Amino acid sequence: MLRKIAITAISALTLAAGAALASEGGHVEDIAFSFEGPFGKFDEHQLQRGLQVYTEVCAACHGMKFVPIRSLSDEGGPRLPEDQVRAYAKQFTVVDKDSGEERPALPSDNFPANDGAGAPDLSLMAKARAGFHGPYGLGINQLLKGIGGPEYIHALLTGYSGESKEEAGSTFYENHTFSTGWIKMPAPLADGQVTYADGTEATVDQMAKDVSAFLMWTAEPHMMARKHAGFLGVMMLGLLATLLYLTNKRLWAGIKGKKSA
Amino acid sequence: MAGIPHDHYEPKSGFEKWLHSRLPVVSLVYDTLMIPTPKNLNWWWIWGIVLAFCLVLQIVTGIVLAMHYTPHVDKAFASVEHIMRDVNGGHMLRYLHANGASMFFFAVYVHIFRGLFYGSYKAPREVTWIVGMLIYLLMMAAGFMGYVLPWGQMSFWGATVITGLFGAIPGIGPSIQDWLLGGPAVDNATLNRFFSLHYLLPFVIAALVMVHVWAFHTSGNNNPTGVEVRRGSKAEAEKDTLPFWPYFVIKDLFALVVVLVVFFAVVGFMPNFLGHPDNYIEANALATPAHIVPEWYFLPFYAILRAFTSDVWLVQIVQFVTFGIVDAKFFGVVAMFGAIAIMALVPWLDTSLVRSGQYRPMFKWWYRLLIIDFVVLMWVGAQTPSELSSWISLIATAYWFGYFLVVLPLLGVIEKPLPQPETIEEDFNAHYGAKSNAAE
Repeated sequence: MLRKIAITAISALTLAAGAALASEGGHVEDIAFSFEGPFGKFDEHQLQRGLQVYTEVCAACHGMKFVPIRSLSDEGGPRLPEDQVRAYAKQFTVVDKDSGEERPALPSDNFPANDGAGAPDLSLMAKARAGFHGPYGLGINQLLKGIGGPEYIHALLTGYSGESKEEAGSTFYENHTFSTGWIKMPAPLADGQVTYADGTEATVDQMAKDVSAFLMWTAEPHMMARKHAGFLGVMMLGLLATLLYLTNKRLWAGIKGKKSA
Repeated sequence: MAGIPHDHYEPKSGFEKWLHSRLPVVSLVYDTLMIPTPKNLNWWWIWGIVLAFCLVLQIVTGIVLAMHYTPHVDKAFASVEHIMRDVNGGHMLRYLHANGASMFFFAVYVHIFRGLFYGSYKAPREVTWIVGMLIYLLMMAAGFMGYVLPWGQMSFWGATVITGLFGAIPGIGPSIQDWLLGGPAVDNATLNRFFSLHYLLPFVIAALVMVHVWAFHTSGNNNPTGVEVRRGSKAEAEKDTLPFWPYFVIKDLFALVVVLVVFFAVVGFMPNFLGHPDNYIEANALATPAHIVPEWYFLPFYAILRAFTSDVWLVQIVQFVTFGIVDAKFFGVVAMFGAIAIMALVPWLDTSLVRSGQYRPMFKWWYRLLIIDFVVLMWVGAQTPSELSSWISLIATAYWFGYFLVVLPLLGVIEKPLPQPETIEEDFNAHYGAKSNAAE
C-alpha cells in the first residue's frame, strides 16, 4: 500500500501537467537554451540580440505592455547600461498619465501596448504557450524538457511553408506550428533582416532563437533570482533535514530496541 | 472524556497558579503537546503536520500578496504582473503561494487515503473524519476562488464553467448562479466576492483544523494496527504510547523538511509545471480557450462530472423518470458532489469491525484498485472528450461509487480478517524489538 501511494504521488505530479495537454500544433524542436536547468543563466548577449529583433521587427505590430523599459538594465537581464536604456526609451511615444499629452517614453515607462494590427501582447508569450505535450496526457515531456514556450515561439517563427490563402477578406499564411495550420501573421523574419552589432550572422533560425530567449526573459525577468532562491532553499533545507534525521534517530534510539527479526 | 490517562499540567510557581486559575492556557498547550501518541505510528502519519504548515504558508504568503493585488477586472492581471516584476521577492511569494496550493492538496490526498486504508474514519473517530471532509471541501472552494484571482483565461473560464454547475440545479439554479456571480456573467462583482471569500475561508479552515485536532485528541490517534491504546491505567497506556513532544514533533518536522526540499525544488526550478499556460493570457470574455481544464487537484471530480453525458443510459432513465427535471448536466453535478459526500459517509458504509487494512486481505486489493481508480480519474479529467475517454471516465466513476456503496458494505460481511496484535506494544516490539531496559 505504501508503494501504491508513492505511485499515486508521482502520477499526481506528472499527470498534473496533463492539464496543459493540447493536441494542437505540429512538431516543436527542443532547443538547449542557456537558461534551462537549475543552474541555467540568460545569455545577456543573446537577450540584447533578441531585444534588437523585437524592436526592429516584432514591435511593428506587437506590444509588450507589462514590461518596464528600465528593467532592460536589471541584473539577470539584457543589462544595457542606463544611458543606453534612456536613449532606447526615446524611440517610443507614450501618453503621459498626468498631462494626457504625448511625449517620448522614459525608462520608467513600460514598453507601449500595440494592438492596432490585432497582434497579441508579447510580455508573457513565452509562458502563455506550451511547446511540449504528452505522451498520452501524462505531462512527462514537460517534466523532462520544460513547458517549451520559447521553443514554441522559435518553431512558429521558423514554421512557415511560404504558402498563403485568402479567406473572408484576410490573408492567411501556412505555418506548421500554429494550431490551425494557417496564421494571420506573415512570416516576419528573413535572413539578414537585422544587422547584429556583435557580428552574429542573422539567419532566420538565429533571430528566432534570440527573440525566443528574449521573450522568456520578458515573461520571467527574475528567473535567475528564482533559481538562486530555489537552490539556496533546497541546500539549506537539505542540511536541516540531515540534522533533524540525526536528532530523530538519537531521540528514538532509547525507545527502539534491536530489531529481533 | 475517554482520554488516554496521562500526566496533566500542574502549575508550580505563584504566577503559574495565578494565571491557571484565571486562564488555563499553559495547561491547554501542555496537554496538547504532551498528548500520548501511539508509538507505532509510521511515516504515513506525518502529513497532518505538512498540512498545518501548508495552511500557515498559504495564509502568510496570501496576506502579503493581498497587499499588492488589485481585485478589479481591469487591473487584476496587471497587478499580478506588478507582483511578479516590481514587488521585492514578489515572484517568489506568488510561486510559493501557487505551488503551495498544490502541496496542500497533494498532502490532503495522501492524508485522506491514509485514513481510508487504516480505517481512521471508524468509531470513535467519525467526527474527526467529517470535520476533515469539511476542511477538504472548504480547501476546494478556496483553491478554486484563488485560481480565479489572477484573472487569466483559465481563471475566467474556469469560473464560468464551475459557477455554471450551480445553474444546472432545476428551477432555482439560475437564481443561485446569478447570486454567486453577482450578475448575469463572470465580471467585476464575481472577482470581488471571490477575493473576499478567498481571504476569509482559510481562517474558517484554521478554526475547523482546531476542531479536527480537538476531536482526535479526545478519541486518541488511530495507528497502523488500528488496535486501541490500553487505557486501564497510566502505566498501561505508557507501554503503548509516547508523548507527542518531543518524539513525534521531531519525527514530523524531519518529514516536513524533506517534503519542503521537493517543494522548493519545484518552486525554484519549475514553478509553472503545475499551472496552465493559458492563465498567462489575460481574461477575455470573447475568446474561449480550446480546452478548459481545472487545476490538477480537481481533475478526479471533474472527470466524474463529465462522465455523465446525455447518451449514458442511466442518465436517460433518470431523465425519463423525473420528467426531464434531472438532465445530464444536473446529473453530472449531483454525481460530482456525491462523489465527495460519499467519502464523508464512509464511517457508516464500511461494515468491517477490523479497523486497519493491514489485517484485511480482500480489502487490500479493492483499496489498491481505488488508488489506481483515483489516478485514472485524474488523468482522464484532463483529456479532451473522446469515445474512449468517455468510457474510461464512466468505468472509473462506477468504481469510485462502487467501492463506497457496494465493496465496503459487503467486505465486512464476507471477508475473514487476519489475526491482529493484542496491543500496540506488541506490534512495536515486533518491528523494533523490545527494549529490555527502558533507561538510557
